[in-house]
Amino acid sequence: MPPDYWQTLRLTLALAACTTVLLLGLGIPVAYALAHTRSRLRPLAEAVVSLPLVLPPTVIGFYLLLAFSDSTALGRFLSNQLGLSLNFTFTGILLGSLVYCLPFMVQPLQAGFAQVPRSLTEASYTLGKSRLTTLWRVLLPNMKPALLNGAVLTFAHTLGEFGVVLMIGGSLPGRTRVASIAIYDEVQSLHYDQANAYALTLLVLAFVILVGLYWFTKKDATRRLL
Amino acid sequence: MIDLHLIKALHTAAGPRTLDVRLTLPPGEVLALSGPSGAGKTTLLRLLAGLSRPDGGFLQVEGQVWYSHERGQWLPPQRRPLGFVFQDYALFPNMTVRENLAFAAEGQPQARQIIDGLLELLELTELAPRRPAALSGGQQQRVALARALARRPRLLLLDEPLSALDLATRLRLQQALADIHREFKLTTVLISHDPAEIARLATRVVELDLGQVVRVGPPVPVAALGTTVGGRVVAVLPGGHLRVQLGGSATLVEVPAPTGPPYAPGDELALSLAVVPARRD
Repeated sequence: MPPDYWQTLRLTLALAACTTVLLLGLGIPVAYALAHTRSRLRPLAEAVVSLPLVLPPTVIGFYLLLAFSDSTALGRFLSNQLGLSLNFTFTGILLGSLVYCLPFMVQPLQAGFAQVPRSLTEASYTLGKSRLTTLWRVLLPNMKPALLNGAVLTFAHTLGEFGVVLMIGGSLPGRTRVASIAIYDEVQSLHYDQANAYALTLLVLAFVILVGLYWFTKKDATRRLL
Repeated sequence: MIDLHLIKALHTAAGPRTLDVRLTLPPGEVLALSGPSGAGKTTLLRLLAGLSRPDGGFLQVEGQVWYSHERGQWLPPQRRPLGFVFQDYALFPNMTVRENLAFAAEGQPQARQIIDGLLELLELTELAPRRPAALSGGQQQRVALARALARRPRLLLLDEPLSALDLATRLRLQQALADIHREFKLTTVLISHDPAEIARLATRVVELDLGQVVRVGPPVPVAALGTTVGGRVVAVLPGGHLRVQLGGSATLVEVPAPTGPPYAPGDELALSLAVVPARRD
């Protein structure tokens, strides 16, 4: 067992859990807006949300690194006005993984919104319910598989994140060193056994998560977004 | 009293048309909308409910302006005291029958009594703890009706409420609708293709075609119809015969085509049945 195995694992799971919870809050309004807008700019917005799917993670990491550094206006604003120094911190890699995982949350949710029959929303409106009440009590409860799908994909995807975290966070044990980076470090130092401990953990975790997802959504035909 | 003049662009199979309808409904009237598909019936119902926005005109209900193009006023559906029964029922799958009604009755004084009363009226008390997925079509339709009434609406809108049901269920629900109208005296607008149904329920019929009113008048009385069953042409057979699907059922009959313009598959018609005693050998 590597010396800081538990510390690294705790950090990895904390990053995945925080990313998932925050992205649920952020992804629901974004997906709702994308599913319901009639704006001509929708393809543009969808492209922005989905960009992290096709960009190399190092590209995202690189620009976030620049944005957070003192050499840019944003970075200076963050550190001088808000006292936030994000590079090489947990908050920094959390922000990075929010950007990186956005499409994994938004896409299943958007599909979920689209699949709830329009007449349910309209029925709720004719019963005097506001958009927010309708969202909370009619739409979301009737798209639980999509919510589960988005949450699980985001969680699992954050576990496997490498490029973004490495660019923004580096590899500071206990602060930014997550399991996928630890594997890389251990291999660099030729500690194959220790790398294997992390790799096997991630493998088992990812497998169990996916089996769980497919088990709980086996009745739902729209689940296979992965 | 409902006073309306509603204008809205229609996209029909025959190309773009304009829905342009002027009507006045006295309180308690049951108005049937009929006409071929694409005539604008559902559009008119949605404009009344506020689910679509008109392009012009006005809509005034009991002295309250729901829409006025001139004054730039439009009341969103949430603020219109109406009940809408959707063609696909639109019951909330995540709620039981009782919860569907409770959701609708929220904010009403004595919501519990209203719900219990409606469950009893529509014979749903036994089904109250079930979810919509565990109900038959006719049962779902009764829940949809009860839910629409739970908000104590002033106006009831029904979009082909019985079209997907078999004949027996249909007749039972027509009776339920007639009872409800007697009890609540609601101004009602319903879309229907079935002359017998219109005769049983409506006080007036408006026939629409391509967005225009082509006929307004009292429904053809049931007696004149004899016993009629609505049907849909599924095939035109050689020798001037039609294969017709009866009501919402799977039953097919072959009948001689009526004189006049030729029928095509998909056309709606009404069959008059002669009732004779069954032979007992």
